[in-house]
Formats: sequence, structure tokens, C-alpha cells
Amino acid sequence: MVRDIAEQLKARFSEMDVEVPLEDIEKKLDELINKFRVPVEEAKRSVVSQYSKDRKSADLLKVKDIQSDGQWISLKTKVVQLWPSESESIAQSGLIGDETGTIRFVSWVKSDLPPVEEGKCYMLKNVVTDEWQGRYNVKLTRSTEIVPIEDDIEVSSVVEEFLGAIVDIQSGSGLIKRCEFCKRALAKGSCGEHGKVEGMYDLRIKGVIDDGKMVQDILLNREIVESLIGITLDEAKKMAAEALDQSLVLDAFRERLIGRYFSIKGPRVGRYILVEDVKSSPKISDQDVTELIKEAEAL
Amino acid sequence: MLSREVAKRVFAREFGESDMAFKEQDDQYAPQYLLTPTGAKCNRIFFVGTLIEKGDIGNDVEYWRARVVDPTGSFMIYAGQYQPEAAQALSGIEPPQFVAVIGKPNTYEMSGETLTSVRPERIHIVDADTYDLWILETARQTLQRLKQLNEGSEDATKAKEHYSTNIEHYKEMVLEALKTISKSGEKVSFIDLSDI
Repeated sequence: MVRDIAEQLKARFSEMDVEVPLEDIEKKLDELINKFRVPVEEAKRSVVSQYSKDRKSADLLKVKDIQSDGQWISLKTKVVQLWPSESESIAQSGLIGDETGTIRFVSWVKSDLPPVEEGKCYMLKNVVTDEWQGRYNVKLTRSTEIVPIEDDIEVSSVVEEFLGAIVDIQSGSGLIKRCEFCKRALAKGSCGEHGKVEGMYDLRIKGVIDDGKMVQDILLNREIVESLIGITLDEAKKMAAEALDQSLVLDAFRERLIGRYFSIKGPRVGRYILVEDVKSSPKISDQDVTELIKEAEAL
Repeated sequence: MLSREVAKRVFAREFGESDMAFKEQDDQYAPQYLLTPTGAKCNRIFFVGTLIEKGDIGNDVEYWRARVVDPTGSFMIYAGQYQPEAAQALSGIEPPQFVAVIGKPNTYEMSGETLTSVRPERIHIVDADTYDLWILETARQTLQRLKQLNEGSEDATKAKEHYSTNIEHYKEMVLEALKTISKSGEKVSFIDLSDI
């Protein structure tokens, strides 16, 4: 049995470009399983993590060169944005990037890695690429090493535009509180990573814009929200304090935006466009109307 | 993850003339669609119009009914306890007022006739410019569907089969709508009472 497991593990190491003699693996497993009566799964995990650390450093790639999944690589990147956790098994997820583009990353709770900070640059050694819904992402694993670096990386990204009506502004928008340590939005005053924290106020909008053909999720940060709505964070805090109700701010945002046409612009980040520029749609032009009338008459 | 359904743009007249409701899967929670005569497959619609009447027709709990008109006809909307945000918004809006509505199409049978209505997810007061933009956009998308009616897409084929769509009828509807926002040329035609 130990032999079978050892062969399995050797194959797995080969995939990660780590060559370990079969005998060594077998010996370690045998010792753990038969002598120290460690459960098989635990023994496997222990051997894997031991050798993963020994492996040679994965190739340093640029983001645009990530073209296959299951590849072990290293990236020198900047953390562009951290996203609210979508699942209990995810410690952190967000967007990282370099001069050549951006890519989504995920770090699992079980990988037990130190958290990264938004806006900071890191050398990420040994991350593995993955593909989901036609887009690549990288996973930080147990064998990943996160090394903070001093130099600032200029992140490039593709800017997209969308013209449509805002059809929804989701809960979690408006006046929110973020964890003072990791900037994550708090849920019921509690941070997924740091537990009960005091938190700091912020404004944001998670919305949906729709042009009748496509829907697009959008994120507006405080700066954009303040200029679009004309309410500053301090004023929003005052509004909420006077009404003893934080949701008042969200209601005000919904009233001002839902059902109205906007043109927005910004980089795509996963399923969101991070809005950097937003304008009310210009009024209809008589020329557009006249042309459409002609088009209809010709039908 | 289920992706959010697009909010289709249809005029009130076309919406009112629709009666083909269906599900694509035989599952209680599968999305419900309404296919319109020009082939818009609607699980959600977005429209702008003038709220001209509203009333609470509920007995024990609030149940709001309202009528929103566009240049081609009117949408009936019903909001009760399961549409709390829309119901609350409706209770506070005094007609007449321009409103934008995002909601789900609903159909029901009454004495052999299928009537359509909308279960609103959101209703908000908007301005006249937004109404103009919606009319232009809806005219453009309706026209596009009319043009594609003979191109054999699944929705177009189903719509043609079910409704035997009269293209001329919907072309006239689009023109009527466009003429209400046209500043040059032909204005809205008024009926001259002396002719009757």
C-alpha cells in the first residue's frame, strides 16, 4: 500500500518538476504510517509539503504569458484589489497585475499564508495557474512563498466602456464599514479574517448596468461615488447618524441612480468593471431620432 | 453561479399583446420567460413611462396596483409583500410622475384572455430626458428584432410561429413612439374631432 501511495506522490512531484527518488518517499511514508501510526491522508500531506518546499523555484513569468492551466510559476506583481470573500474556504481573493496585464488570484484558508495588502507589491513564488470560465487565474497554495518587494509596479489593464441603464444597486453598497487591517467589508461588524473589529467607514456601490442586450456588474469606489452623487463620506456619516440608520445612504444612492442611463469606463476585474469614469448619458439628439424614423419607414 | 438575466426593452403595446409564457426547464425554480411577438425573450424588463394611477387593492396587507403609460399603451404593475421595495416606493409616489421600472413579466388568464402585468423589483422616479432615452433605445431594439424576425434565430422562429407576427403593425408602433420624441418633421397626430 505504501508503495502505491509513494508512486502516486512521485508522479505528482514530477508534474511539479520535482524529482524525488521513490525510495525516499516510500521510506518517509512507511515511517509515518507504520511506525508513528499517522493516518494515510495526513502522512501524504506531510510528505507533499516537505518536498514542495525543496523544489526548484518556478519560472518567473509575466501575467500576459500565462496561457495554460496547472503550470507552476512565479509572479512579480502588485495587488490591485482585494475582493470580499465569497466563501469560507477562501482567505483572500482579488486582482494582481504587472506591466503586461492583470489576473485574478485566490488564496485558500487551508494554505495558511500571510495576507497580502492592496496596493503593495510582492514576489509570489510557486503559484499555480488555473482556468475558470475561459479566464486564467492563479492559486496561492501551501507551497507558495510571498515576499514583499519595495519597487512599485505599474499595472496595465484593458479599459472597457459600457452604456446602459443602472438596473440594480446591491446590498453591501452605500455607507459601509471596512476592517482597518485588511480593508475587507465587514459583515455585521465582523471581519472574516480579523473577527470583531472597530472598522472604518467607506462609501461604495456594487451595481448592475444593463443595455437590453447584456448585463455588467460594476464597482464604484468612494472617490467616484462622492463625485457622482455629490455626497461626501462625512456627509453620508452625518445622514446616517441623524436618521440612526445606515441604510438611508443606500436608499439615497438607489433613488439617484436606478433607472437612469450612464456611460461608464474602467478596467475589467473579473466579473466587474471598476468604474474610473462615469457620466450621465447625453440627451437624445434629434438626428438619432430622425435616422431611426427613416430606418423604420424603410422596413 | 447563475448569471443575472438581461432586462429587455419592449413597448407597452407589444408587451400587452404577448401571451407566450414558458420555462425552459421543468423545475419549480427555473426562470420563467415571456416571448413577445417580435421575439424578445423576457425574464426581466426595464421600462420608463408616466405613472398615471395607483391604488392599494389589498385587504389585510398592502397590495399596490399601478398603471404606467408609454407612447404605445400601458403597463399594469402589481407590488405586494413579496416586492417590498417596489411596494414601498409605489406608496410614496404621487401620480403623475415619470418612473423607471425594473421587473418580471407576469401573465394571467381572465375569461379566456391572457393578460400581462409586471411584478416590479424596483421603481424610481426619473426625469423626462430618461423617458426620451428609453423610447429611443426601445424603438431601436424593437426595430432590430423586427429586422431579425426572418433570420431564423430560435426566439424569432418561435415568435413568428406562435403570433404570426404582423411586421407592419409593430413598425407603426415604433414610428408612433419615435414621433413623440421627434422635434422636426411630423408631430404626434391628433384626431380631428370635426372629422368624426
